[in-house]
Amino acid sequence: MNRIDLLFKRLKREGKKALIPFITAGDPDLGTTRDLVFALEECGAHIIELGVPFSDPLADGPVIQAASLRALRQGTDLKKILVLVEEIRRGTDIALILMTYYNPVYRFGLGELTLQASMAGVDGFIIPDLPPEEAAEWSGLARANNLDVIFLVAPNTPLSRARSVARKTSGFLYTVSVTGITGKRKGIPEGLADYLKMLRTVTDKPLAVGFGISSASQVKEIGALCEGVIIGSALVDSLAHYGDKKDAFIHIRSFVSSLAKALTGNHP
Amino acid sequence: MLMPDKRGYFGRYGGRFVPEMLMIPLRELETAFRAAIRDKDFRSKLAYYLKYYVGRPTPLYLAERLSRRMGGARIYLKREDLNHTGAHKINNTLAQVLLAERMGKSRIIAETGAGQHGVATATAAALFNLECHIYMGEEDMRRQAMNVFRMNLLGADVTPVRQGSRTLKDAINEAIRDWVTNVKNTYYVIGSVVGPSPYPMMVREFQSVIGQEARRQIKRAEGRLPDTIVACVGGGSNALGIFYPFRGDDVRLIGVEAAGLGLDTGKHSATLSAGSPGILHGALSYLLQTREGQIRETHSIAPGLDYPGVGPEHAFFKDNGRATYVSVTDDEALKGFRILSETEGIIPALESAHAVAYAAKIATKMASDQIIVINLSGRGDKDVAIMAERGKGGKVC
Repeated sequence: MNRIDLLFKRLKREGKKALIPFITAGDPDLGTTRDLVFALEECGAHIIELGVPFSDPLADGPVIQAASLRALRQGTDLKKILVLVEEIRRGTDIALILMTYYNPVYRFGLGELTLQASMAGVDGFIIPDLPPEEAAEWSGLARANNLDVIFLVAPNTPLSRARSVARKTSGFLYTVSVTGITGKRKGIPEGLADYLKMLRTVTDKPLAVGFGISSASQVKEIGALCEGVIIGSALVDSLAHYGDKKDAFIHIRSFVSSLAKALTGNHP
Repeated sequence: MLMPDKRGYFGRYGGRFVPEMLMIPLRELETAFRAAIRDKDFRSKLAYYLKYYVGRPTPLYLAERLSRRMGGARIYLKREDLNHTGAHKINNTLAQVLLAERMGKSRIIAETGAGQHGVATATAAALFNLECHIYMGEEDMRRQAMNVFRMNLLGADVTPVRQGSRTLKDAINEAIRDWVTNVKNTYYVIGSVVGPSPYPMMVREFQSVIGQEARRQIKRAEGRLPDTIVACVGGGSNALGIFYPFRGDDVRLIGVEAAGLGLDTGKHSATLSAGSPGILHGALSYLLQTREGQIRETHSIAPGLDYPGVGPEHAFFKDNGRATYVSVTDDEALKGFRILSETEGIIPALESAHAVAYAAKIATKMASDQIIVINLSGRGDKDVAIMAERGKGGKVC
């Protein structure tokens, strides 16, 4: 059992839901990313997704595209992110997931990356452009190194396919809330409750919902229907919005605390 | 062995590396495509439009003056420049838009580099009365302003893409983002033999009409097959279209990539000549990339070749040696552009001028009873602005 499995077990026992913030590693620099991980944990985050910047992020909206570009301009790459994870790991036991497109992984070398990521203290990977059909080798290597391989389902995934994707995912099932790209959206997508109810009939694994979630009220409502809520663009956007790091952190702390409160009903 | 295999692979290349939202739509597309090409009605409808609307078959023309100037092989031109809209692109867009209509899609999207694929898509969408949105890099919109105007005239909406290098690669990213978001009613017409399966196979199928005609025509004209076929390669659709029907023959197949300012300058688009395997736009193929797997910015004077990837079947042909891939620089392509204009009165597209330049170079070393076929994939009217800019209104090179 790794950190993610243990976390969801504990949260279930306590009747709580996971708050899963996403930030782009290296935006605006790796030092800020490190400080941010600790701040997010203090404010009630349970798992942190670190985005690995890629030149052509075709599943992402403008906010994360811009963050990736800023991070790349800083020279951020997988190697440096693994060093950062190692450093963060010395200070916290929070679950850390890398979210990356497949090409940087492929170039790094599948065997080499799973080995190094595991040693650095990464708990799992989300690779949005690597569907289960293409992931046989990756999954084998990742599992052998105790890394979760987190697959995605979308509203247009038929139930029979969702069952097979859920069987292959580990850690949790990343449930995309809308058929679309990442970015803030208002309200709760139509049919989300039914969609989650249907997914529940094919898997016992934790469901974490992401894409388009940016407010405490959305978090509260969606959190009641699943085991985890993923916040990405809203956070990345506020980091970019405040020129001063101190101001950004003040804002992010209060924002994430409010999300945690909405999700669990009380501050951790 | 049948290529691609069930998983969409040509040897080790190809596949379907896309977000979950596209997995089922791609499967549906493949099913619809396979059913369509087996359906007599679809085939005869497509044949009708290719003949009476596009103007096929295009001539295979013996370029006598060019051959004499080079003093070697007999050079034939497969005149795809004579198609309606001025390039081979319409073969594919017409077929795909027919398929979209058959699938009940109401909205067509496409990316475009030089604008030729955008124009050809907008044309087919106009013909079948479908809503059409084209994504085009801002830099390309500037370089190919006339094609933007044409697309607008045809009723298409052209969205400028301001991300990245503002060229074809970024236009494809935006088109994919649109498709992911609107996949229910939207059909994405990819313009080359790139992208996730089934696109490389589908575009090859629809462009193979070029090679099928050329094969018949050269047999009629010369009583035999050519020694060499030369075509330019960006994504590689015109090249694969003419290569594919000759794949089992004893014919040398040469793909010409854009060496831009020179392979050693880093400012080029010669993916097969200078790249390495990786994943972009849904397929595993050769890429121009950094050591860390970031996609490199590319350069070519020909916007249609200015792309860091290439079709997976070309990657397969490179590795197994069935085709050879070479490159020519911007300056050499300009010479090809000029020599064809002067000797034959045919102004080629800058993309096709790469094939002309390389063919002219090897023709001189070949015997006079040998035959080269150049796939003249498009006409050069769209490029007069680039030429004027470069030549400042005077001599171009």
